[in-house]
Amino acid sequence: MRNLWTMLTATRGKTRLHWTDWVSYGYLIMGIFLMFGPVLWLVLSSFKTEAALERFPPTLLPYTQQTVAVEGYDDPLPLFKMTAGEYEGRTLAQLRRVGLQAQMIDPAKPDERLRVSINDREPLEEIYLATENYTSLFERFNFLRFFWNSTFITVTATALMLLVNSMAAFALSKYEFRGRTAVLLIVIGTLMIPQTVVLVPLFLVVTELGMFNSLWGVIIPGAATPTGVFLLRQYMITIPDEILDAARMDRASEWKIFWRIIVPLSAPAIAVLAILAIMWRWNDFLWPLIVLTRSENFTLQLALNSFQGELQTDWSSLLAMTVLTLLPIATVFMFLQKYIATGIASTGGK
Amino acid sequence: MARIQLKNVKKSYGPVDVIKGIDLDIQHGEFCVFVGPSGCGKSTLLRMISGLEGITDGDIIIGDDVVNDVPAAERELAMVFQSYALYPHMTVRQNLTFGLENINTPKAEIDKKVAEVAKMLQIDQLLNRRPKDLSGGQRQRVAIGRAVVREPRVFLFDEPLSNLDAELRVDMRGEIADLHQRLGNTMIYVTHDQVEAMTMADKIAVLRAGEVEQFGAPLDLYNYPCNKFVAGFIGSPKMNFLEGRIDDQNRNQLNLDTGEAITLPEGKFSQQASAAVTLGIRPAHLVLADQGIAVSVQGVEQLGGEAYVFGTLKNGQKITLHSPGQTAIARGDTLFVRAPLDNIHLFDSETTRSLLTRTE
Repeated sequence: MRNLWTMLTATRGKTRLHWTDWVSYGYLIMGIFLMFGPVLWLVLSSFKTEAALERFPPTLLPYTQQTVAVEGYDDPLPLFKMTAGEYEGRTLAQLRRVGLQAQMIDPAKPDERLRVSINDREPLEEIYLATENYTSLFERFNFLRFFWNSTFITVTATALMLLVNSMAAFALSKYEFRGRTAVLLIVIGTLMIPQTVVLVPLFLVVTELGMFNSLWGVIIPGAATPTGVFLLRQYMITIPDEILDAARMDRASEWKIFWRIIVPLSAPAIAVLAILAIMWRWNDFLWPLIVLTRSENFTLQLALNSFQGELQTDWSSLLAMTVLTLLPIATVFMFLQKYIATGIASTGGK
Repeated sequence: MARIQLKNVKKSYGPVDVIKGIDLDIQHGEFCVFVGPSGCGKSTLLRMISGLEGITDGDIIIGDDVVNDVPAAERELAMVFQSYALYPHMTVRQNLTFGLENINTPKAEIDKKVAEVAKMLQIDQLLNRRPKDLSGGQRQRVAIGRAVVREPRVFLFDEPLSNLDAELRVDMRGEIADLHQRLGNTMIYVTHDQVEAMTMADKIAVLRAGEVEQFGAPLDLYNYPCNKFVAGFIGSPKMNFLEGRIDDQNRNQLNLDTGEAITLPEGKFSQQASAAVTLGIRPAHLVLADQGIAVSVQGVEQLGGEAYVFGTLKNGQKITLHSPGQTAIARGDTLFVRAPLDNIHLFDSETTRSLLTRTE
């Protein structure tokens, strides 16, 4: 904690701030604002009521108008503070509004009806967290179903991808065979083909294989990625061949060498690839949108999309679900980010 | 029994012949050293015996089995690598047990064997550490332990000491020799250091450019090198070579290029009249004399217990003298040396083969 504080308040100037301190802190604060501003805005907005969301000018914090329950009226009445005119300083509840005039009452004396100009009053507001945005996700929509679909696709696809890619990378980095370079070049060459180009043929293949509208139709086409194969291969090349030879002398089968030697030693690179795969799969939109058309198969990203209609958008639900969608990936990233840094740094070769 | 026979073993990478037909017969229990300059194919030959490298032609026979097509894992050999090649992600204990687990040894037996080997190699304190926390010498012990624990038929060592510092190397040399005494297995040891070869081996195979130049006991190689290469490679410092020519009339007179003449003993060498020959004499065998071959001293290395004198002959050839104890000779002096006839070697200058007529 102390170290963190020392780091956060480090300056170049000893007694007063050097001009570089101003520049660097200014730059860093701007960075924080650019990075976290939209996220913070999103989180705060997800707690706003539909009315507060549509207000202009928008407020940063989620406000809602204070209300009061008055005897004789079914609904709670909104409260206003009078700023001018006859009743200046008093707090009144509104019965109804007619043009520029409003009928109001004093909650203490509900029988007396007062007519005031709407320019003479200001709404009384309080901070209010509209948690119903979140609870309605579970009540009105099948949030858990979407969440499960997304999780299943992400976990299975990542596991499958790591397995396939690391096995391919092992073969391409540690076995001498005719055409090895050609295979590698073909694998890397596929990087040059944009996904959109193969979208239609891929869709036809998936449909022919009967995986349309199935989660496996999303999982299997992405099981092998050229980036993953290349990344892991480059890392595995740095593992000395002598270690594999030693394992062979120790009577280990090639399969065992893969599991007991290659995989543990490539852990940093595999971790990097796992994070990239998780983020990619979790946020993937286009391919699931094409393959999954029935709402019970929707992933979170597709569900989010469905909130956005042609005529109307359910902003409060959309924002709340966006926050919930962000949380798992942010958590994963927070715990694994040190592997990204060390992994990427060490995959460049040592 | 683990006798190893190589019969006309060859290896080529494309058009390049790396091993050009090697015949060797290593008896059970022998400590055999492959020695040679770097690039001579000694490590490749070892890897071919281990099975990590295939052979192009010939036969490798271990015990009674031709193992040409048997994969490394099934040859029941163990190898110690130059870089130790310990599994970096496993503890010392796991390094030792990995091979035993692969052959499904019962847990109790594994524990017993590991404890035994760890004690023998004095690594029992290190069992829970990882290789990166060990010193070079300790890693070397673990690497040897990993080989020993599996009780293989044959041990193969691929320059195991070259990454250690000089002092540790001498210690480990002794320990490996001890290990051989204790276990009695056949061992093949590859090195480029002829001192290691001389001190440890029962048999030395001197390799050059993919061929065995000479195979025999260390002192045999030292005393009766079969050609100039072996003569120069075995022994430290290197043997001195003096170029000369046999006299046209007198077959027993050798006229050195520096002008001196030496009378060769009758019958010891099979020299032809007027042939170009090379006289070989080890630095330790040169004797100071009042007259003889003139040497102008270029430098002196005093080691306390002994001294080396480096000089040049009249024709510019370099020559080294060994003198026991400390010497008063200094740079710039001119000396005369004599080559005692018992200790001289004679080589054909063209074929480089020894002209000695062996009689024993």
